[in-house]
Amino acid sequence: MATERLTAAEDRTEPTLSKRLAESRGFLSFGFMLPSAALLLVFLTYPLGLGVWLGFTDTRIGRPGIFVGLENYGYLWDDSVFWLSVFNTLLYTISASILKFALGLWLALLLNENLPFKSFFRAVVLLPWVVPTVLSAIAFWWIYDSQFSIISWALIELGVIDQRINFLGDPTNARASVIAANVWRGIPFVAITLLAGLQTIPQSLYEAATLDGAGRWQLFRFVTLPLLTPIIAITMTFSVLFTFTDFQLIYVLTRGGPVNATHLMATLSFQRGISGGQLGEGAAIAVAMIPFLLAAILFSYFGLQRRKWQQGGGD
Amino acid sequence: MKFTRRDVIRTTAGAAAGIVGSRYLGGSPAFAQDAPSFTPEPGASLRMLRWSPFVQGDEDAWLANTKRFTEATGVEVRVDKESWEDIRPKAAVAANVGSGPDLMLVWFDDAHQYPDKLLDVSDIGEYLGGKYGGWYDGPKGYATRDGKFIGLPLAAIGNAIVYRDSWVKEAGFSEFPKDTAGFLELCKALQKNGHPAGFTHGHGVGDGNNYAHWLLWSHGGKMVDESGKVAINSPETMKAIEYAMELYKTFIPGTESWLDVNNNRAYLAGELGVIANGISAYNTAKINKDNDPKLAEIAKDTRTTNLPVGPVGQSVELHQTTVAVIFDYTPYPNAAKAYLQFMFEAEQMNNWIEQSAGYCCQTLKAFADNPIWSADPNNAAYARASETLRPNGYAGPLGYASAATMADYVLVDMFAKAVTGQATPQEAMEDAEKRANRYYRV
Repeated sequence: MATERLTAAEDRTEPTLSKRLAESRGFLSFGFMLPSAALLLVFLTYPLGLGVWLGFTDTRIGRPGIFVGLENYGYLWDDSVFWLSVFNTLLYTISASILKFALGLWLALLLNENLPFKSFFRAVVLLPWVVPTVLSAIAFWWIYDSQFSIISWALIELGVIDQRINFLGDPTNARASVIAANVWRGIPFVAITLLAGLQTIPQSLYEAATLDGAGRWQLFRFVTLPLLTPIIAITMTFSVLFTFTDFQLIYVLTRGGPVNATHLMATLSFQRGISGGQLGEGAAIAVAMIPFLLAAILFSYFGLQRRKWQQGGGD
Repeated sequence: MKFTRRDVIRTTAGAAAGIVGSRYLGGSPAFAQDAPSFTPEPGASLRMLRWSPFVQGDEDAWLANTKRFTEATGVEVRVDKESWEDIRPKAAVAANVGSGPDLMLVWFDDAHQYPDKLLDVSDIGEYLGGKYGGWYDGPKGYATRDGKFIGLPLAAIGNAIVYRDSWVKEAGFSEFPKDTAGFLELCKALQKNGHPAGFTHGHGVGDGNNYAHWLLWSHGGKMVDESGKVAINSPETMKAIEYAMELYKTFIPGTESWLDVNNNRAYLAGELGVIANGISAYNTAKINKDNDPKLAEIAKDTRTTNLPVGPVGQSVELHQTTVAVIFDYTPYPNAAKAYLQFMFEAEQMNNWIEQSAGYCCQTLKAFADNPIWSADPNNAAYARASETLRPNGYAGPLGYASAATMADYVLVDMFAKAVTGQATPQEAMEDAEKRANRYYRV
């Protein structure tokens, strides 16, 4: 009896601080989040913050800079090469993303059908995505070579053309060529992710719609598309981000040439910041990419994910 | 010179006693001709980052010499390599963060971008210059700043005309033209015969810049004047552009997309009659001639010569220069200095130049009679690279602006814009002026 009384008395005493903390849901959540938060702070927030800060300085390689306000941005404002790179980046991102979406969705719909060797095809489709970008870029470099292009060779042998195609020498051809290479590489990501989305759509919805007399187009328009929109939003956000910040493909294929016709903001930032030693200006170009990226993300999250839009309504 | 660990210890002992506490032992400027001696720090080991070799003999000889240094001093040296275009960013990062390899072989005006981060090696520079007949001015300019050696000029990678002798003869030229006017005529004739020339108008760091600078300088143009004021907008530049436009018409199509390797590839495929390149194009054909009859034919028919002289009346070329630098963050400055000194001494340097098979041209005049230059008649065109070399950003000072202007392909783009018809010569020149002004702003 005495022991029981003692235990009850102990229970009434205030728990120690450590015990209280150990039982506090808020504190525990904080503790569990700490590693992730530290990683994000060290590897994301700090570099991003440093980049933004560098853009406001005249830092050069080997020399710490001083704060120069918007001077770097002022110089870029008057710089035709910078504006050309903005144009190229937008053209590259928009064209490649539209093509990747259209072809990726088409591929996903095909792969969603009951095809023979379905698993095999799904695996094969992933290949361009799995191959390291630099390797596929080198392959494209040969494909687009001004002297040894297999496309030129094949077309000449077939009698379609009589001289080699200047894939990377002509500004228009060069832009189209790098976009095509990017599309080839990016389709699997879009296709496989959308395929995953397609498989989450319950078959019963299609059956119900079919009973109501819906045709194939109506099935797609009123069942598939609305239910797929959230996945499309996520997939295309990532796809746009990857494309907008592309570097390797351009660096291997053209170094931004001919005459900067394929320079993207990322490659120009590297050229100016690292090769040219103008870290401040390079950082400013990189920072100038942020508003475009934010716009893409905001459009995706606040636009494509709106339930009204998904259901085919307006605002 | 035999360089043993015992020698190092013996010769340094006296000096060390007098300047205990000094960070860098030995190397008194008053006796610049005397060999400075450096006692590697106890337990020292070094890491060096160099560019991947273009000819295997270069790397083999470098590593063999390094091994001998390790045997003589006990200092381990790890030699890493990177693709040559990645050296510049790697060196930049190392300089900026103060961590990385102890020594590096850098390119062009890299050393002038972060002179404060580099160890002063004037003692070795003065000593080697005194002992080996002096440094060539061009390479020396890349490695010195305010009268101090911020690195040691290691080599010039020569650029020269590489051509098919039989095709040049077939075009009606008994010998390769020595001037720009004759060269244009030759290229026209070669094109007619289906063996066109091809010079890089794309963003090829080496070939693109070499060609563009030759075009400009051979016609008397320059990016900036002596004070660093942009002077690209000039009648001489206009003549250079007009000449480039005429020459471009004779080229194989697609040169505006070329990077560094394209001309080698097309030449070795027998597509081209004339290119400008390092000796690697010829060497590749020579090395593989036993396995490939086509390459054997190309090797047999290939001749090399210096680029034609323009209205300026003298041979002026950019070439590529590599400088050996020691970063000041190294914990083993003495070991690093001893290593460089060892590698530049005649026994090692001559061996390295020879094994580099004509790719690396000496920066010290005493090594000009290296047997490699007479070992193959085609090597001769590369023997004077250091002598005819004109530094980037001529006639202004080397530094941030010259490096950035080159890295931004201002000159390469100027010519490419005009020859492809994207701009008139005047517009291309004005655009280059505007872009260069951004970097040469006061």
